[in-house]
Formats: sequence, C-alpha cells, structure tokens
Amino acid sequence: MEENSQGDEANNPRETFAIKDSALIAIATGRRAHDLREFRDHLFAVEPDSIYYHFWGHLLRPNFESPDFNNDFAVWAKHALHDLTLAERLGVLDPTDFENLDALRAAVIDIVEERIDECENLPYARRGDSFHFIRGQLVIFDTLSRAECPEDLVDLVPRLSLGSVFYHIIEARYRKPRRLNDFAVWIRDRGERYEALEKELEGIDPYFISLQSLRTRVADTLRKHLGEGGAK
Amino acid sequence: MNVQLDDYRDIVGIEALDHLRQLSRHLEGLRVVHVNSTRAGGGVAEILHRLIPLKQQLGIDASWEIVTGEADFYQCTKGFHNALQGYQISLAENLLGAYEQANARSAEALRDKLADADVVFIHDPQPAPLLGHFAERKGKWIWRCHIDVSHPYRPVWQYLRNHVAPYDASIFSLAAFAQTLPHNQYLISPSIDPLTEKNMDLDETEIAGTCRELGIDPERPIMLQVSRYDRFKDPLGVLEAYRLVKPFSPELQLVLAGGGADDDPEGAAVYDEVQRAAGDHPDIHLLLLPSDAHRKINALQRASTILLQKSIREGFGLTVTEGLWKGKAVIGGDTGGIRSQIVNYHTGFLVSTPEGAAMRTRYLLNHPERRKEMGQTGHEFVREQFLVIRHLREYLTLMLAVVRGEEGRIELD
Repeated sequence: MEENSQGDEANNPRETFAIKDSALIAIATGRRAHDLREFRDHLFAVEPDSIYYHFWGHLLRPNFESPDFNNDFAVWAKHALHDLTLAERLGVLDPTDFENLDALRAAVIDIVEERIDECENLPYARRGDSFHFIRGQLVIFDTLSRAECPEDLVDLVPRLSLGSVFYHIIEARYRKPRRLNDFAVWIRDRGERYEALEKELEGIDPYFISLQSLRTRVADTLRKHLGEGGAK
Repeated sequence: MNVQLDDYRDIVGIEALDHLRQLSRHLEGLRVVHVNSTRAGGGVAEILHRLIPLKQQLGIDASWEIVTGEADFYQCTKGFHNALQGYQISLAENLLGAYEQANARSAEALRDKLADADVVFIHDPQPAPLLGHFAERKGKWIWRCHIDVSHPYRPVWQYLRNHVAPYDASIFSLAAFAQTLPHNQYLISPSIDPLTEKNMDLDETEIAGTCRELGIDPERPIMLQVSRYDRFKDPLGVLEAYRLVKPFSPELQLVLAGGGADDDPEGAAVYDEVQRAAGDHPDIHLLLLPSDAHRKINALQRASTILLQKSIREGFGLTVTEGLWKGKAVIGGDTGGIRSQIVNYHTGFLVSTPEGAAMRTRYLLNHPERRKEMGQTGHEFVREQFLVIRHLREYLTLMLAVVRGEEGRIELD
C-alpha cells in the first residue's frame, strides 16, 4: 500500500463521513525463501506492499496458526523453520509502532540478521514450506453511505463490511498523521463533548484482534459515549 | 436451478452481498468472456456454471465459450496436464500441431466474441494459444491456471510459457504455483457453491436411499474418495490404505466414486487398473457416475464416515472443500491446494503415504467426537474462505485492477 497516500478528502472533519469499502487481492511476487539468508535478501528487495500484506493480510483471511503470532513472518519461523526464538522475536513486532513500512522492514531485517549471527547451523524449510512473498493490491470504493454527525455512526458501524473496517481502521493508519483511524480523526474538532470518545477511539489497538472484533469494539465505544439510539 | 444472489444471504450475510454490489457498480456493462474446454466434468466447469450467472446478475455482460478438438487435441492437453504436474512426458510434434490447429480453428469460431470483449479469462492450458490469434484484441486477457504447476516438467512448461507470457495477467490458486512471468500473477482460490445440488442440505432418507441404490450399506461405516479416475488422485493408494484399515474395522466399506470429463482420455484406462487391483471384494465399490450425478455425490459425502482425497498432485481439490462443507474431517494428500484447506489437527489430516492415510483413518474411526469437532471447524473455515461469494469478490477486484491498469492502491470514484 502506498504510504501517506491521499484520497480521504471525504473524511474531512467538517464534512460528512463517507463510508468507504475496500477489497484486497493478493499477487505473487515470485520471491521465495528456503532459509534465513534468502529470507533476509528478499526482505531488502521486496516492495513495501509485501511487508504490509504479511503484517496485515491475516486479518482478511481465517487463520489456524498460533494466535500469538500475528504476522506471516513469525508463523513461518515457527512452522517451517521450527525456530521458536525467531518466531517470538518477529511475533512481538507491532506494525503500529513504526512510522512507516520501511522502518518496519528494517526492524524485521535486524531481527533476522541477529538470528543469522546466533545460529551455527541455519534452519531451512523443507520442500513445500518455502516462504512465498506476496503483495496486496487494494481497491477502494465509495459505498455512498454517509454519517452526518457522530451519532449516525452508532447505527452504521455495526453494519460495516469487513472491507470497510479494514479501510477505515487499518489502512487509515498509513494515511493519517500519528497512525490514527478515520473515525477518531473525523470526530476530532467536532466539539468538546466528543473529546472522550475521540480519545477512546484513538486508543483502540487493531493488531491483536480480528476485524469482526474490531468492528464490535468500535461499535461498543460509540454506543457507550453516544447512547443506543445514536442520532435518534 | 435459477439461484439469485440474495439466496446466499443466510449463509454469508447481507454485508458480503452489499459489498459485491458496490464493487460491481464499477463494472456494469463490461463484456467478459470465459473460455475453457468442457462444459461438463471437473471443478472448472462446475465453478463456471455458477460464476457466470452471478456475474450477469451483477450487471456484467458475462458469457462462457469452449474450445474443442479431435482425439489428438485431448491427448495433447492431457499430456500437458500430466507434465505440468511433474511427470516427465515429452509431447510429440504431431500432438502439439493438433493442439495449435484446434486453437486456430476455435479462434476463428470465437473471433466475434473474443476480439471485442473487455476481459477474457482463458482457463488452463487447453485454450492458451488463443491469445496469439488476437493481435488486435481490445480487452485484457487473463490466463487462469487451475492445476498444480509448482514443479512442472520444464520442457513442457517452456513451451506453454511462450503462449502464456503475452497475457496481461495470470491467476494461480496458490503462491507456490507462481512462475517467472512478465505480468502480475494474482492468487485466487477456487470455491464451491453451497446452493447447488452437490452441496445443498439433504435429508437422511434421501442419503440412505442413495446408498442403497448404489449397493452400499448406509448402516455401516463408509470410507469415500470422490474424484476422477486419474493417477494423480492415487486411487491405488486409497485401495491400499483401505486394506490396511480393514482388519481393524471389518465393517468398513470403501467407495471410490468418479466419472470422466470430456477432456480426459485417460480415465477409462485408470479405472481398469483400479478395478483389477480391487478384484471382486464385496465391500469395495467402484462407481462410475455421470458428470451430472451431483446429488448422488452429495449424498455419498454426507453418508461417509471418512472422506479422503489422497492426491499426490492437486491444483486445489474441490472435493476436499465439499467434504469440509458437509462437516466432515478430511484426510488428504500433503500437496498443492489440499494444504490450504486441511489444517492438520484442525480440519483433518495431511498424509504422504497409504500407511499415513490408514493410520489417520483408524484414529478418526475411533474418535467420533474429534471427527465431529474437526468437521465443524472445517465447515466454518469453508464458509469464510472457500465459497463462491468470496471467489466472485476476488474476480471483481481483479477485473477492476486489470481494467484500470494501476498498481498498488486503486481508489474508485
């Protein structure tokens, strides 16, 4: 995904909130790694879209892997390389801690290189368990649904598609200053009475929960501050 | 069956359908043509039978055409199928000639439909050379590969690659199948349709009745593999696994159920081999079913205690998806697309040998609660990941991406 890209003019604080939706499609990069050195080399060269996909793409697909490892790199380290140390170091990385995808990439490379230095014999994946670098292409479209005021969101948010949740909360973090979500940004500057709501929306951590849970958490937060009926 | 998009509402939810409608607003009126080599038999034809009408309901002008040829055309394309999945088979010049001539004839027959289409999907190797006959084409052409090409026999892939490389994009079921090609290789899994006769709910009376009609005792445990008679599906391995389990479960019956596809000339020979290996064992049932016996297959899958798909190569394995959807734990070969559906210990077991299949079968026969639990997990997994609605959404997304010709993030008006 392009970092800090434009295109969210509809969510200007003084305008209505335009509910958008997104669909992510995966593209093979053709890059595959069998061991840590190959993995490191591809990490240097792969497109930022691929780093994004491997940290966030799991939210858009069901996952039976260990829930403590929320990125594809850590899951591969555990299940293909059987290197739990590396898996834990990669698994603890939270992409929301980094200013941009290149900073996140650098952190991953640093961990991998540290592990290469530590290992006398590098673990390698068996045939069929190579790591395949994938990148995502995101298509964003307007649903034509609008919120005129924060209270309207009370009804709208529980009915959002998962693509909308992804766009307004995950994808927003790469468009907004301070890695905020669209709801928090829109509600900001709409008066003192929304200040507590804005702070709570800002504090929602999207990394360790599913998109369904994320939708529920935002909806619960809105209901708590604005009441059941919203605008009504 | 005239299924409407809204009929999926209770299965996937209203949000998923709204999402499709919003996405397709940007594709209304687009002329889209799918081309393959058979309307009956095999997963590709089944998928197209449903995807085309659903695209039409979303306002897309979608249609489906086929390429045909003589016996040597099918012999050649079966050779492709085998070689691309790893067998070292060289294709004689006369067969390749027949392949190219059949495509040249089909190109002329389809010229009006394909030249002006906005998007053309060419499925599998059979119609791949068509593109070369449309130098003045208007739209985007996409090659959709449904088979496991992770380790192809290189000379045959090099030949096919020359036909495929000029496409605007290609689609593979898994990242492991992607090749070195000068265009975007999209990753889209196939899907099943929960509303077709193959997958719809059936009542117990019909299930038992179908078994009896086919000479199978519905009261005794059944071990089933549904697939074409194809060496890659390893029917002989399934027979061996059954023989290893039988002493421990004397009541167990084995059913191999399959038919032929119009474009598969090897099925009869493989069936004969399996029949010889099975002998006249009263509990081994080899069924040759017509390609439209969807309801019978459905009943057999629902009646079965153990479902197998012990392939040694597999593009995806829709029979695995069907089994999981019916709440069954599935034992599958550790290969290709089966690995993306069977999550070991969660939705079934992956195995590499007949011995492994026998061991897991014995385990599941002895743990009915575990079987049920895995089956429920598998059912939900398919609901989220492998139903036709997700498949359609990804096709729409891909079409938007290729028609717009942009990379990365695409924002529509």
